[in-house]
Amino acid sequence: MHWLFEPGFFSSQPVHTAFVIGTVAAIASGVVGVFTVLRGQSFAGHALTDVSTAGGSASFLLGISPLLGFVGFGLVGAGTIDAIGTQRVKGRDLATGIVLGAATGVAALLLYYDTIDSATTGATQTILFGSIFEIDPSTIPIVIAFCVIAIGIIAFLYRPLLLASTSNELAAARGIPVRLISLGFMAALAVAVGLSSLAIGAILSTTLLIGPAATALRLTNRTGLALITAAAIGVLVTWLGVLLAYDSYYWGSSQIAYPVSFFIVILTILAYLASGLPVLRNLTTRREQRRVL
Amino acid sequence: MTNAWIAATIIAVIAGVVGFFVVLRGSAFPAHALPNSAFAGAAGANLLGINALIGLAAFAGAAAVSIATLGRRGRHDVATALALVLGLALGALFVSRSQEYENQLYSLLFGEVLGVSTTELLPVALLALASIAAIMFLFRPLLYSTVIPDIAEARGVSSHRIELAFLLVLAAATALTVPVVGALLIFSLMIGPPAAARSFTSRVALAIPLSVIIALITVWAAIAISYQTNWPIGFFVGTISALAYALGRGWAAWRVWDDRRAASFKG
Repeated sequence: MHWLFEPGFFSSQPVHTAFVIGTVAAIASGVVGVFTVLRGQSFAGHALTDVSTAGGSASFLLGISPLLGFVGFGLVGAGTIDAIGTQRVKGRDLATGIVLGAATGVAALLLYYDTIDSATTGATQTILFGSIFEIDPSTIPIVIAFCVIAIGIIAFLYRPLLLASTSNELAAARGIPVRLISLGFMAALAVAVGLSSLAIGAILSTTLLIGPAATALRLTNRTGLALITAAAIGVLVTWLGVLLAYDSYYWGSSQIAYPVSFFIVILTILAYLASGLPVLRNLTTRREQRRVL
Repeated sequence: MTNAWIAATIIAVIAGVVGFFVVLRGSAFPAHALPNSAFAGAAGANLLGINALIGLAAFAGAAAVSIATLGRRGRHDVATALALVLGLALGALFVSRSQEYENQLYSLLFGEVLGVSTTELLPVALLALASIAAIMFLFRPLLYSTVIPDIAEARGVSSHRIELAFLLVLAAATALTVPVVGALLIFSLMIGPPAAARSFTSRVALAIPLSVIIALITVWAAIAISYQTNWPIGFFVGTISALAYALGRGWAAWRVWDDRRAASFKG
């Protein structure tokens, strides 16, 4: 098995933590991601990672718990986007853009201080790209708790949220409080994105939120199935990515591991592209044709 | 210092003009994704030891084409998100392979407008002229296709082609601005000032110059305050842009309120 699992893979503590955190983040992102893609709010999902990043850099600087910074800023950002955005897609896009622009400005200032402060060297890299191998195992319970909160909100809102996501007008006509539902969804999004940007970095947060969900929605029309498929794809690419990144340390002679984010992103995009292939799309119809023949 | 003023002025003009269409078309997400992909190109060029502008243009262009083609079949925002994370992941890969890590990363993302050299100004100015010329050339079909896409399509203006052309202009504008103001801040400049201008006036002929003026005020003020306080320029660009938008929204709200009051007096 040495060609597949390089020495020490199963006994390494950072790898264990990376697996647990990566799995939890992938499940939360997959579930929230299906609704993000259905609602066409990928941009808000991505913007919240940058807003959370600003919160993360603030917590580095103030010495408070990063989780508080990530999730706190995320919730404020989500509320602002929802408050200034209209229900029209273009207006929502603009609201997201304004919040994102302001947040990156704040992040620029905070990261600048993180960079010149020698005690927090590496903050820019850690906050932006995340280091799944350098997570403190003691954060695992908190990450799991936030994952449960995010999935809990989605489960609580499930039916009205689904209707509001597919047809906002129909939902409003049936007396569903669509503004409230939208705000509730944004809160779930902020929690999921905050926890995953803390755990695995801003890049992977967007990747796991959008990639597996979009892939799942291309494979099936049933929402329940899409939720499970998205979480499964997310977990799978995360595990493979961690494995490849660990092994990559032994590739060539440079002895520098490739970033985990690189592998997970590549695997996610390959999965998305593969789901668009006619072969996979016509899988069910083909099987039926064969039966007829 | 003079170079910084010239570079910032060129960039503000571009951001004001191109950004107007970004806001009108609701293309804020691609406008955010392209600079981030360009960042990967700069990091890659740095690693290979070639001119950064080649890497920037190649990556921004590739991202524009993939967003336009992937977005045709699937969901547009999904295609943009995937192009964005691919760019960022490649950037992370390139930066991890090179020696100088932290400071280089910071300056590529947040810019170094005060360190612009005279030799860097010429390509920036040329690309700027090219982008403005492209917008002028595309102006009418672009406006039609943005405001009334169905009628534009019926009159033979392909919205897919316009989308691709617009994204390529956006990519060119991005490639030249990333080394100067950084990947994250060109975005604020392309959204805040044009959005503010749109809330002040709905007339295109007025809104575009106004958007350029607000963008110019934003960068000039940002440079001046940043020079005084020694705080990063990006912070001021980001907050002043957002402030301009808040003012614009306040003005629009006041106008509506004023109209209603006038109407109630008459009634």
